[in-house]
Order: sequence, then C-alpha cells, then structure tokens
Amino acid sequence: MKQYLLAVHMVEGAPLPSDEEMQKAYAQVDRVNNELRAAGAWVFGGGLLPPDSATVVRTESGQTTMTDGPFAESKEQIGGFWVLRCEDLDQALSWAAKCSEACMGPVEVRPFQDEPES
Amino acid sequence: MDIDGVYRAEYGRCVATLVRLLGDINLAEEAVQDAFAVALEKWEELPPNPGAWIVTTARNRAVDRLRRESTREARHAQALLLHQPAEPEEVGPVKDDQLRLVFTCCHPALAPDSRTALTLRLLGGLEVPEIARAYLVPEATIAQRIVRAKKKIRDAGIPYRVPAAEELPDRLPPVLTVLYLMFNEGYAATRGPLIRTDLCAEAIRLARELAALMPDEPEALGLLALLLLTEARRPARLGPAGELVRLSDQDRSLWNRTLIAEGHDLVRRCLRRNRPGPYQIQAAINAVHTDGAATDWSQVLALYDQLLSLAPSPIVRLNRAVAVAEVHGPAVALAALEGVELPGYHLLPATRADLLVRLGRAHEAAAAYDQAIALAGTETEQAFLRTRRAELEPRPR
Repeated sequence: MKQYLLAVHMVEGAPLPSDEEMQKAYAQVDRVNNELRAAGAWVFGGGLLPPDSATVVRTESGQTTMTDGPFAESKEQIGGFWVLRCEDLDQALSWAAKCSEACMGPVEVRPFQDEPES
Repeated sequence: MDIDGVYRAEYGRCVATLVRLLGDINLAEEAVQDAFAVALEKWEELPPNPGAWIVTTARNRAVDRLRRESTREARHAQALLLHQPAEPEEVGPVKDDQLRLVFTCCHPALAPDSRTALTLRLLGGLEVPEIARAYLVPEATIAQRIVRAKKKIRDAGIPYRVPAAEELPDRLPPVLTVLYLMFNEGYAATRGPLIRTDLCAEAIRLARELAALMPDEPEALGLLALLLLTEARRPARLGPAGELVRLSDQDRSLWNRTLIAEGHDLVRRCLRRNRPGPYQIQAAINAVHTDGAATDWSQVLALYDQLLSLAPSPIVRLNRAVAVAEVHGPAVALAALEGVELPGYHLLPATRADLLVRLGRAHEAAAAYDQAIALAGTETEQAFLRTRRAELEPRPR
C-alpha cells in the first residue's frame, strides 16, 4: 500500500463560488469522505482557511523568524487536501476523479515517500 | 538467426516477463542484459528456444544479484520472486506480460513523448539513438524521457496491469499511437536496414491482441487493418537488388493475399460500425491501394480530405499532396505542399522533387533531391533518391 496526497488547488482572486455552490460542494465532499472511509482508503483530510491566515516559520542557526502570509507567492494555493492509502496510482487517480467532481476543482495527486524502514 | 537477431526479437518479451517476476523495470532490464552477456559467452549455437533460455538465465542472474544487494527494491523483488508459483524449468516469455507492460508504458499519467520512447525501448528493444532518430530529437532528450518515465512509474506506483473494461476507452488511444509508431519504425526504419520485420511483427502481434481484447473499439480494429494492409505489400517493396520500389512499380503478385483479405474484412467491419477515426480512414486508404489492379486515386484523395478534417497534421498534408498529384496534376500538388513544414523529414523534399521533375523543373528538382538525400537515414532510401536524381535530364551543371 502506498499513501497519496490529493491536493485541491484554489486560484487566488478567482470569483468565489456562491453560498449555494459551497453548500453543494460540502455535501458532495462529505459523501466522498464516507465512501473513502468505507473503502479503507481514508487516512486524513480537510479544508484549509485562505492563505492570508498562514504564517511561515523559519529557523536558521537557532534563530527563529516568522512572516505573515503563505510561503509561495503564487496565485495558486492549496485549499484543502486528502491523504489516502491506495493499492497503486490507478486507484488514487480514480479517487481523485471523484474528489475533483465533489469539490468542483482540479486535484493534484502526489505519492508520499515510502516510510523509512528501521 | 544470430545473437543480434535473438536480441531484437526477444528483448521486449523477456523484459516484459521479468518485470512481472521482479516488479521493477530497471531490475528487469539489468537481468535481461546480464542474460544476453552470458549468452554471448556461452552460446556456440542457438538453443532450441532462445527466449526461454534468456528468461530463465535472467531470472537466475536476478536472484544472484538480489542476494548480494540490500536495497529496498532488491528486497521487494526478492519477496516477489519467492511468492511466484513454482514454474517449469524452462520459463518462456508470456504474451500477457507484454500487453500489461504496454498499458503501463502508455499510462496517461506519463507525458505523451515519454510513452512512445519507453515502449520502443522496453517492448521494441530499440536503443536510445534509434529512438532519437525516429523522433528527430537529441539522444540526451530521449534518454532523459525514459529515465523520468521509469522513475515516475516506480515513485507514483503506476501498476503493471491491463485496465478494467470501463477504463479502456480512455487508456486505448495512447496505446494505439505507440503501436503505430513501433510498426512505422519497423517498416521504414530510421537507420540501418530499411525494414525491420521483427518490429513490424511485434507491433502487429500487439495490435492483434488489442483488437481481440477490444472487439467493440473500431479504432483498435482500424489500427490492426492499417498495419496488416501495409505489411501485406512489404514483399514487393524492395527489388531483387534490395532497392526501393515505388507503389506504382510494385509487382502486385508478390503482395500477401491472406493479409489483404484479413485487412479488407476488418475495414468492412469498421465501416459497419460507422464511427470513423484516423486509423480506420488510413486503413481504408490502404484498402483502396490493395483493391484491384490499380489504385483509384480519387477515392484515396476523398479519404485524405476526410482524414485532414478529422486529424490535421503536416504528414497528412504531405501524403494528401501525393494523391492530389495523381488526381489534379503536379502543379496543384506542389501548391498544396506550400507551408507544410516537417523539419528533418526526408520525404517532404523527396515528394517535392518528384513533383518538380514532372513539371520539368530539373534544377529545382536536383536541389530538392540533394536535400532529401542528406536527410534520409537509410542506405536504401539514399540509393533510391540518388537513382532518381541521376535520371534527371539534362543533368544540371
């Protein structure tokens, strides 16, 4: 079994979905989450608040500094994510198709590094 | 057949089987290469079943190698080998292994350019320089594409399996493209001997399996028909001295009637489904070429028009121009080639040269032949073009 990150991308400045659409997306995502749990693929997941709520922490030579805002100054930011346990990429991709449909946005699939063996 | 011949014929099949046994492409390639190195030392004459010999030897070499190594991949592969059901002493290549590996190599999560390069390398057994020439791109680019694709297959966990029925419609087109390119490389090799029957046979074999796997997918049938109808004409393509013979000069009695009948039958099955696609149309064009005593060029041109509207590309425009010349004459055809760009492809200047000859513009024709000769990658094609250039009268300069 491998673990995959399914990241939902938000484009900053893109028109916000209406309340109605948001409610629809929440309900759809809930259904997919239940499916994921029932299938044993669920590890973790959730939606994130907008990037203006982010803080970047850096520690260099024992000195810690903090900066307001997200790390990457790009228009595309992660809006939420799932971590799934899957047999292979095909399984992760077919979940990603369901997730993308449910949250009504593109989903990036990235494999985790294998856990180091002791 | 010598050991080179065995390598060409068996490399892809052996790698595909070793991928199943070891679960890793790099390990599989190393094992097969090891086995060929052993063969080079040990074979005084060919064993009765060279492919089985290579698979067995590769498997044993892999076991030895894995015992010495302690990487994660090695342990994983060892575990896989231990879980294999006991196999008979002489394990031959398994045909399903290749189909599985084709779908892995053509997975939509891989970049399109990488898919073909990887399939030609792993299943066609082509070396990087040969693939680079087929694509007209630098060798380093091809090498990098192959390395990246193999890395993604391993890192992202792209599985080795034939997709389920409901996934097939999405997963098929990239496989068709790759098989078409594999056949093409065999039929009009980019270097060395012009025709590599092993690659053609391999592409046809895989196309047959695909068509059997997906009898309701007309493009799969179309591709098979196209390959069969092209292959059928191969015996007449080279003359007694190994020289290239043009379609119009070919001895039609040499064409393979069995393959033509099978191809025509497939084209008719496609027509009944009435879901035309690029491969079906190209198959239909080849059905016209192989029907009766001479080609009906107006039918061919109509099919090229349909193909151009469905899948426009410079190659289609080039081939269509040949049909235009037969129907409307060389001047119209030359005009139709205006703006067609295929950098590095010798058949564009060669076609232009033929049209210029027919228009009596010998000087320009000679220059175009020179261009084509410089770009042609095989001796056979260069010789053919030189002969045509020499026929120009009066000789320029």
